[in-house]
Amino acid sequence: MSERPDGRKFDEMRPIEAKVGVIEQADGSAMFKIGKTIAIAGVYGPKQVHPKHLEDPEKAILRCYYDMYSFSVPERERPGPDRRSIELSMVIKNALLPAVFVKEYPKSQIEIFVSIIQADAGTRCAAISAASMALADAGIAMKDIVSSVAVGHVNNKVVVDLNKEEEDVEGTTDIPLAYMPRMKKITLLQLDGKMPKDKLREAIALGTKSCEKIYEVQKKALKDRYNTSGE
Amino acid sequence: MSELLVNEKEIVVPGEEIARGMDFLPSLGTFREGESIYAKKLGIVEVKKHVIKVIPLRGYYMPKRGDTVIGVVTNIGFSGWTVDIGAPYDVNLPVGEAVRERVELLRSDLSKYFDIGDVVVANIFNVTKSKLIQLSMRDYGLRKLKGGRVIKISPSKVPRLIGKGGSMVSMIKEYTNCEINVGQNGYIWINGPIEGQYLVEKAVDLIEEKAHTSGLTDTIKQMLEKGVKNE
Repeated sequence: MSERPDGRKFDEMRPIEAKVGVIEQADGSAMFKIGKTIAIAGVYGPKQVHPKHLEDPEKAILRCYYDMYSFSVPERERPGPDRRSIELSMVIKNALLPAVFVKEYPKSQIEIFVSIIQADAGTRCAAISAASMALADAGIAMKDIVSSVAVGHVNNKVVVDLNKEEEDVEGTTDIPLAYMPRMKKITLLQLDGKMPKDKLREAIALGTKSCEKIYEVQKKALKDRYNTSGE
Repeated sequence: MSELLVNEKEIVVPGEEIARGMDFLPSLGTFREGESIYAKKLGIVEVKKHVIKVIPLRGYYMPKRGDTVIGVVTNIGFSGWTVDIGAPYDVNLPVGEAVRERVELLRSDLSKYFDIGDVVVANIFNVTKSKLIQLSMRDYGLRKLKGGRVIKISPSKVPRLIGKGGSMVSMIKEYTNCEINVGQNGYIWINGPIEGQYLVEKAVDLIEEKAHTSGLTDTIKQMLEKGVKNE
């Protein structure tokens, strides 16, 4: 019997929705929704680097801007970049970097803008999933799509895709995880809290399995953009 | 034993396995890892004998030596021009490659040859590893285009716009009474009656949207016939 507050099973994610091509002006864009969390990503580039000194003569640089909108949480969030969003921008960039063929675009930059318009925990994971779809939509050369989900340890149980209610339980451990399903490589693994070693292994196994499910949704969304308009 | 895992003309996402085995060769838009060939970009699979290609659905123009492109002059330098060809890099057109007569650099004003905003047809004669791109106009048909205006299409859709042996462009020219000049970089220069220009623009938009479907020529033909009647 389920013990999770919203009645889900331990290995059940919230309902997922993905859509590609949501921003007309962007070179590539995507929306990723998991439960109540909604992330919208826009990709611009490859284009010239400004300021010039950041340019890399061998490869493209990735720049990421994570932004949580003021109305995305129950209590108004102060708009604009803050400590948390700057850190998350870096985390998202590093999670996506192994999947992009940066050497194909020397002396250029690829900009990724992720907006969280509604937040209910797991925003960085939704942001990564949305951003990797947007990158693919922009026609950028990639080794794989990155899928991402959070796993956790709540009340001595390993669970996947925590919501805000579970995240706030005393003693919860939260593990955001990003994964490249084809290469079977983890590109992001953070751990916030304490948990036994064997439970961590179990959590990572559950996370990668769930990422594979997300991957199927992402793949379908990318293909659907062209299949439906073609009929 | 080699085998193809997807059908031809199917849409693939980055990292999707296209073929297994060493009998196939990876070409543009694909890469080999181990025994398998994977897609690098979101696009359509094309198989010619044993060579596998992925035609991207979107993306920026990447300059290639030998391409004939249409560019807009954006800056005048001491010994040449900077030209926008839709690539993420600055493109240089030196005086020696553009003007037939002898030019005294110290004394003459280069804007009397090409001014900012002028449209030129040029050939890419050099692309270095560090993406220094040089244009040349020393060939038949490479010139400044007077009047008219420039519209854009994704560079990967240029072959569809031109059609087999130029059939698509000549059809559009016939219906609209416009001069049309298509560059490999997806810049299209058009000149002619306003109604015609409007129709060309509509046709280009339709190709952009439906480039990956079959029976494209018929769709465009219907649209043009309808457009001509309404005038």
